[in-house]
Amino acid sequence: MDFNDTAEEATFRNEAAAWLANNQLTAEETQGLNRLQIAKLWQKRKHDAGWACLGWDRKFGGRGASAIERVIWDQEESKYDVPSRFFVIGQGMIGPTIMAWSTPEYCERFLPKLASGEEVWCQLFSEPAGGSDLAALRTKAEQDGDEWILNGQKIWTSGAHYSDYGLIVTRTDTSVAKHKGLTVFMVDMRSPGIEIKPIKQLNGESDFNEVYFTNVRIPDSYRLGTVGQGWQVCLTTLMNERLAIGGGGPGADVKLAIDIARTVEINGKPAIEDSAVRAKIAEYHVLEAGLKYNGYRAITALSRGELPGPENSIGKLVGAPKLQSIASFCMDLLEEHGVLWDEAQPLFDGLAQRSYMGAPGLRIAGGTDEIMTNIIAERVLGLPQDPRADKGIAFSDIPTGGHS
Amino acid sequence: MNFEFSDEQLMLREQARGFLAQHCPPAVTRKVLESDADYDAELWQNVADMGWMATTIPEQYGGLGLSYYELAIIAEELGRVVAPLPFSSSVYLATEAILQFGNEQQKARWLPLLASGEMIATVAMTERPGQLSEHSISTRFHQDTLTGQKQPVADSAISTLIIVLAKNADDELVLCACDATHPTVVHSSLRSLDFSRGHSAVQFNSSPAEALTGKTTDWASIQELLDRAAVLVAWEQLGIADVALEQACEYAKQRYAFGRPIGSFQAIKHKLAGMYVKNTLARSNAYFGAWALASGSDQLPLAAATARVAAIQASVYAAQENIQTHGGMGFTWEFDCQFYYRRAKLLSLAIGSERYWQDRLVTGLDNQTPNAA
Repeated sequence: MDFNDTAEEATFRNEAAAWLANNQLTAEETQGLNRLQIAKLWQKRKHDAGWACLGWDRKFGGRGASAIERVIWDQEESKYDVPSRFFVIGQGMIGPTIMAWSTPEYCERFLPKLASGEEVWCQLFSEPAGGSDLAALRTKAEQDGDEWILNGQKIWTSGAHYSDYGLIVTRTDTSVAKHKGLTVFMVDMRSPGIEIKPIKQLNGESDFNEVYFTNVRIPDSYRLGTVGQGWQVCLTTLMNERLAIGGGGPGADVKLAIDIARTVEINGKPAIEDSAVRAKIAEYHVLEAGLKYNGYRAITALSRGELPGPENSIGKLVGAPKLQSIASFCMDLLEEHGVLWDEAQPLFDGLAQRSYMGAPGLRIAGGTDEIMTNIIAERVLGLPQDPRADKGIAFSDIPTGGHS
Repeated sequence: MNFEFSDEQLMLREQARGFLAQHCPPAVTRKVLESDADYDAELWQNVADMGWMATTIPEQYGGLGLSYYELAIIAEELGRVVAPLPFSSSVYLATEAILQFGNEQQKARWLPLLASGEMIATVAMTERPGQLSEHSISTRFHQDTLTGQKQPVADSAISTLIIVLAKNADDELVLCACDATHPTVVHSSLRSLDFSRGHSAVQFNSSPAEALTGKTTDWASIQELLDRAAVLVAWEQLGIADVALEQACEYAKQRYAFGRPIGSFQAIKHKLAGMYVKNTLARSNAYFGAWALASGSDQLPLAAATARVAAIQASVYAAQENIQTHGGMGFTWEFDCQFYYRRAKLLSLAIGSERYWQDRLVTGLDNQTPNAA
């Protein structure tokens, strides 16, 4: 075991690091631009120099790089404060889906602009009636000649309001079992009949939207896969979701807990000397270090050409509840001051409070704790599925408990 | 980045697993568990023939001169079969103590015997209930004799050498080696909760002994000895944790209730997934512990404590929830679930409890610069 790069990896890392060091956006360039505009500027710069969508074929705007080179690039890029989240879904999940299921013409039409950041994509999967049970979705698509007419509602759509295109899964047949009646399309988000409403979250921010479709027309050529093959298309996207969703930026961690515990006192002594505090910090460190070294093992497997499997679900399953718990613990250390979340005079950058208020969403987005646990139990440990009340029944006959 | 064992090391794992499947099936552990024996002597000889006791002993002392990665792999496999052997006492603790603290003459005298398995040795530290510390040692080393009582001491009745933590006339810590078979050394057998390992109270009555004089003995160096052992014990605990999970999964797939396998109930499958998560985190932390031990890193104290705490949590949880998953059958003498339950707790207490290691973990964290690790 060692933590060093191979010679080729080191060469690649040096090249990436040198380019990053010499090509950061300047304050002049970003003056007056909003976050999205800055992100697009940065993406274009990376693309023009061959540092966008590293794993993709060059003809689609990528670099044809290996998995380990992608990891190295991410490590180097993360040393800089660069905006990237606008493209995570499009490049990480939708690009690979288009590659797998669309025509060569559309790949050439859409992928390069996705890689260069000129066009942003969103993922229109979840619905009020289809969350963890995604295949219960009801948005209807009906064929009309060479077109399809969409009616229904999507929810929890990140970035719908600034996206140019979306990937949407619809129900095209209610007379067959629920997984069999789905069809996936690409959709122009500026089509008439699309209405986007931001969702205000409990932390006051708005990362997601509701998207309403009223008689939205889509050309049949925008369909991915055959009619009724939508579930398989979705699986391509969801498989890539596990790879695309990262840590989610800075949050409360062991370092923050130690910083606070060194500063505040318990019974006249630094809190870090208190045995109950030490036991908690040790618990969190076991989780944090375990995930970190898990990551090292995953990178090693990648560099040996192994594909990441469902065992990678563990990252979010452990990380999200840990974030919530450690944020809460950090606030406890501050005692009554822990409630303060005043931007004018933040305590420890307000990191604990921000994490506490954001963590509930992280435990739900991209697969709830419970779904992740099912994935580990069923796909890693091989335990049998629950019997399902909806198995082998036509979608239209499935009990709904109130949703229409 | 290469955070994986080498192909040769992974081959050793396969080989060790096959060897133990043949030579240490559950019946071997059960035989010791159900008898008054402290270990299985035939298995010890078989393992000695494989050279496992010699793993990290340098070749000049009759060892194989391999790395701690190899020893970690062997530890995991011994954990998987709950081997009824004094391996942890003799190898992770006594051999290590002599390697770390022995002078040249002492190493040359004992290490070849330990490497071949001819000599079984153990370490005697604790004396009374509660945390082991430099303040809890009353055994005296004076004019080349030892006086005092140590208990519990694992595997002492089958050892020919005991490494004893004592204090000299100036109240300084000293590690000394004592002939365990000397008539002045009295072993009184103590029942422990793991019958497949022997424990005794050991009385030293002006028993002849010699100090290990290769390096200064103080509490910090004793802690380092424990750090090194903690990594290896963690790998043994990982073996227990994984087998307990495998058995629980197997049973949950076969056992039907309410017309379906119990493993299809989320109450069971989420429990098992929880075991998997703990085991996986413990394994990744144990990898880092093995790296720190094998590479001589100054991150060993934190790495060892983290590996140890994670391994305690994973193994104890897996062992107890394996019984729970088996329901009433898991509580029977006949089922093997008890092996893991006993051994997991034994190893969790063997070189300091979870609380001790949590405390040591935070000391390690606190000592590191904020940006490190």
